[in-house]
Amino acid sequence: MTPLRPSEFPPSFDPNEFVVAPGEPEIEVGVLIVGAGPAGLACAIRLGQLLEEAPELVERLGEVPVAVLEKGKQPGSHLLSGAVVNPRSLRRLFKDRVPTHEMPFFGRVEHESVYFLTAKRALRIPAPPTMRNNGNYVASLSQLGRWLAGQAEEAGAVILPETTGHKLLVGDGRVRGVQTGDKGRGRNGEELPNFVPGDEVQAKVTVLAEGTQGHLTGIALDRFALQGDNPQVWALGVKEVWKVAKPLGRVIHTMGWPLRPGAKYREFGGSFIYPMGDDMVTIGMVVGLDYRDVELSVHDVLQELKTHSLVRKLLEGGERVAWGAKTIPEGGLLALPKRMHAPGLLIAGDGAGLVNVPALKGIHYAVESGRLAAEAAFSALQRGEAPGRRGALAGYDEALERSFVWSDLKQVRNMRPAFGKGFWLGGAMAGAMTASRGNFPPGDASLEDDAEQELIRTDRAKSYPVPDGKLTFDKLSSVFLSGNQTRDDAPNHLRVRDRVPPEIAELWTRMCPAQVYEVGDDAGDGDVHVEVTPSNCVQCGAITAKGGRLTPPEGGSGPEYKLT
Amino acid sequence: MKIAVCAKHVPEATAQRRLDPQTKRLDRSGEGTLNQFDVHAVEEALKLRDASGDGEVVIVSLGPERAFEAMRKALAMGADRVVLVSDEGAAGSDLVATSRILAAALEREGADLVLFGQQANDSDGAVLWAAVADRLQRPLISQVAELTHEDGKVRGKRQTEFGYDVIEAPLPAVIAVSDAINEPRYPSLKGIMGAKKKPQETVSLGDLGVSAGEAGEAGSRTVVYALSDPPARGDTVKIEDDGSGAEKIVQFLQEKKAL
Amino acid sequence: MKSLVFLEHHEGKLQQDSLGVLGKAAGLGGEVEAALLGEGVEGLASEAGKHGASRVYVADDVLLAAPLPQPRVDALESLVNEGGHDTVLFAASVLSADVAAGLAARLGAGLNWDLTDLVEEDGRLVGKRPALGDSVYVDVGWTTEPRLALIRSGTFEPAETGGSAEVEKIEPRLQDFSLAARMVEQAHEESEGPSIEDADVIVAGGRGLGGPENFALVEELAKALGGAVAATRAVVDAGWYPYAAQVGQTGKTVSPKLYVAVGISGAIQHKVGMQSSGLIVAINKDPNAPIFEYADLGVVGDLHEIVPKLTELVRARKAA
Repeated sequence: MTPLRPSEFPPSFDPNEFVVAPGEPEIEVGVLIVGAGPAGLACAIRLGQLLEEAPELVERLGEVPVAVLEKGKQPGSHLLSGAVVNPRSLRRLFKDRVPTHEMPFFGRVEHESVYFLTAKRALRIPAPPTMRNNGNYVASLSQLGRWLAGQAEEAGAVILPETTGHKLLVGDGRVRGVQTGDKGRGRNGEELPNFVPGDEVQAKVTVLAEGTQGHLTGIALDRFALQGDNPQVWALGVKEVWKVAKPLGRVIHTMGWPLRPGAKYREFGGSFIYPMGDDMVTIGMVVGLDYRDVELSVHDVLQELKTHSLVRKLLEGGERVAWGAKTIPEGGLLALPKRMHAPGLLIAGDGAGLVNVPALKGIHYAVESGRLAAEAAFSALQRGEAPGRRGALAGYDEALERSFVWSDLKQVRNMRPAFGKGFWLGGAMAGAMTASRGNFPPGDASLEDDAEQELIRTDRAKSYPVPDGKLTFDKLSSVFLSGNQTRDDAPNHLRVRDRVPPEIAELWTRMCPAQVYEVGDDAGDGDVHVEVTPSNCVQCGAITAKGGRLTPPEGGSGPEYKLT
Repeated sequence: MKIAVCAKHVPEATAQRRLDPQTKRLDRSGEGTLNQFDVHAVEEALKLRDASGDGEVVIVSLGPERAFEAMRKALAMGADRVVLVSDEGAAGSDLVATSRILAAALEREGADLVLFGQQANDSDGAVLWAAVADRLQRPLISQVAELTHEDGKVRGKRQTEFGYDVIEAPLPAVIAVSDAINEPRYPSLKGIMGAKKKPQETVSLGDLGVSAGEAGEAGSRTVVYALSDPPARGDTVKIEDDGSGAEKIVQFLQEKKAL
Repeated sequence: MKSLVFLEHHEGKLQQDSLGVLGKAAGLGGEVEAALLGEGVEGLASEAGKHGASRVYVADDVLLAAPLPQPRVDALESLVNEGGHDTVLFAASVLSADVAAGLAARLGAGLNWDLTDLVEEDGRLVGKRPALGDSVYVDVGWTTEPRLALIRSGTFEPAETGGSAEVEKIEPRLQDFSLAARMVEQAHEESEGPSIEDADVIVAGGRGLGGPENFALVEELAKALGGAVAATRAVVDAGWYPYAAQVGQTGKTVSPKLYVAVGISGAIQHKVGMQSSGLIVAINKDPNAPIFEYADLGVVGDLHEIVPKLTELVRARKAA
């Protein structure tokens, strides 16, 4: 197979398509937050708290001081994570107002185990220090998001579901708000009878809290030249929630099988199995998207994982009740933007890349960054400064750099890149980094673009289990379980080259957990067409990492997660 | 023209609905949404109101307090206000009790036109409007795929197994619309933002003059005894075609009296 | 038990579903009576007798000529009040659903609908009905009499018991509001065949057909079987067939007596739209297609060979 790289087949995508000058103000809000996830909602909640004490500012901000746009059907519909949450940020956000026991957690982590798996065995290994979870809580991020949305509304925020942030309004070099997406277009973009164009929502400060692969975040990074020296890299996580017969009682992480340790495969990742109360368990597989094998399918690797005796026993007598998929930004400190603010703009959460990969944590950073963004926006507005003035929002970056978010990420900054050298060498290096608190080896590693990885082919697909509908499942029934009911004639929001070598088409077909892509007919010159079924898409973002581009689909479409 | 739309707050997402083994009824404890079929009724009401130049669209619903959130979608689309009959005494109401309560709420509103959606996605019944129309003593047109209004009369194209009837009724009337009648509009952002500010009234059974014996389980005449698994479909038979596949199918159909 | 069965008729014939329900009532025992309301319908009464009714009440009135529900509620109300029936049965249809529900409100009587069976258990009448897309069954009952029930279409097959019925003519008083709605134009039998929602037989085509031109095979078989044509999301997406024919999660939900799936893999998005079909026959060349897990008869083979042959055989059988 001639070496191919997905980056050689870019889609047609120009970020400038998504920047537009503001027109006459039709809808004006004070602070506009894009994304009702933990970062966006923490921002909204903190703003509500601050505005409680600042009635004159509330007056100045108009009828809607704080608005949150959410592209899913409701907050939580597009939220997915493990998750084991470090409660410190939530405690800080709510101070005494909401005690921890009222937060929608499934229980404290009391016991945990880490295993190195082979096909037949499970070897218990000591938990790496970065992975210790005492004092942390298991949660469903989707549920947590729904709860935070309720808190945000009580704090005065207006949440606007089924609404995408489609274009950035930029005038005089400052961000002035967002243009929302159109609704009621047909498959080829034509206007259907109930077509309604997007609205211009102008705001004094815009906070982008879009999560992984944030669309407007990408646009802003380009427009304001905020991109750091390293590209962002991602992992794809596919998870399920199961009703189980016996309580799990501990948090489990695994490494090793079914992933392959050799450096040439670049299969970095592992699995998590968390108890959700006594009667449910969540199990997920996370794999770095720098993998090289055309035949790798994270969804199928998850199915394979479940056939391991350790896992099979846990799920025995149980029933799958949820499924979902999402990418995770894995670049850490090295991939953060140069600055997290621009005139009139703040960037928070996963959208900025605030994830600690070795600890598998990002939610508490999202909450903290959202909180700090609120404070920065508030003080700029309070001072009566035009937040569009250069440097008015610089306080946000300063605060972030002083916070635990930064110090945590600094310590682990070189770990993920180390695993590019394979599991064993990477593991050894990670150990050295932990022991030295990130000081050894000195300096900064560098990251390679996921789409730059040369593809290889092995017989990987041979070992995927044939779905039995009881323990293992196919992609389509999984998409169904995600609650995805996107209308069939929705416009195609996925940008991929139509004609590509068959290996690229196959790469995308296997990569996508929702079976959006299929290898199509012969297109001549050895190429094939790529068949796309956009209504299957659960908006995980994997395609953006591997040679295509996910753009915002119609608001309200996609999965309707509840337990993920 | 005053138009009342009867709308229901129903549990969401088909993949996750379940019957509660204790109460043997649909588990309504989770998130709810505006019944998708009622959205067509809301849309039709809005079109009629807008065409008439003035008028009011009021959403009438029976449900828990939470139902207000689901009804907000109707307000965001453009409805003017919501009246929610929320009373613990109404829980467990069957058709007889529900129609009694809704009819009382609708009498109170005194609308010219009462609209229903085609069915509720939770109980799959297509019966509520006929019961309500009888209590209100108003003419009824159901399964309407096209509705016109002129000079105090409405004409509906009723979809039946035999094709379309055209039926005319004088106002005030009760109409049940089919989901083929329109493409509901998307709520505008301004609509969503303004929804919460529109009047949302809670009304009790007492406010409606409905006694405890007429509502809830006391007012119901049907009961659920038990849940069970669906009857087995029977064995699945899978054969390879050796040239006689078509004959085997015909044989099978004859055995099963399908041919 | 004394039951009253509402008989529906169309263009001079009693509906099969009504006769099926009548037979079921007869099977449950007790006195079985029927209501035949319309204009010029007296001649149909003997048919009802053959299917289990011992008495048929006939209301022959121009005001009942059009198939409108509300005057029928008036008629049934007076029948039940005078006759003291403890059970009133309806075969579900657009008309009868409105009549049954109106009657339930009028009498303050319990109505259970979408029943697929009706049995006597422990001295009480129990209805069985599917729920949640037929994934679970519920046993339902009544707390008072009369007990009203709507039976799902196609549940009971008519069977002649060879009896005869006494005919009693009635002249029910019809209320003013019941007569306010009027039929302007009545439906005629559609010439293109049944719509997929009402069809008893559906032949559906999927990607396995290979191309839009092969829908002709599906159409021919549907015609031979007297059924309607349906399509999967994939082929509608590809433009091979119109969206109105799409069955599935984002299309229509159908429950015909017979569903023939041609070249359809049967993923759950499709399954949820047709899983309550009485009989499912699948033809697909892929032995691992999910549809074979729930089809009553699955044939692994080439549809291009099987379907034309099947069509021929069906035509021959029907001609004989």
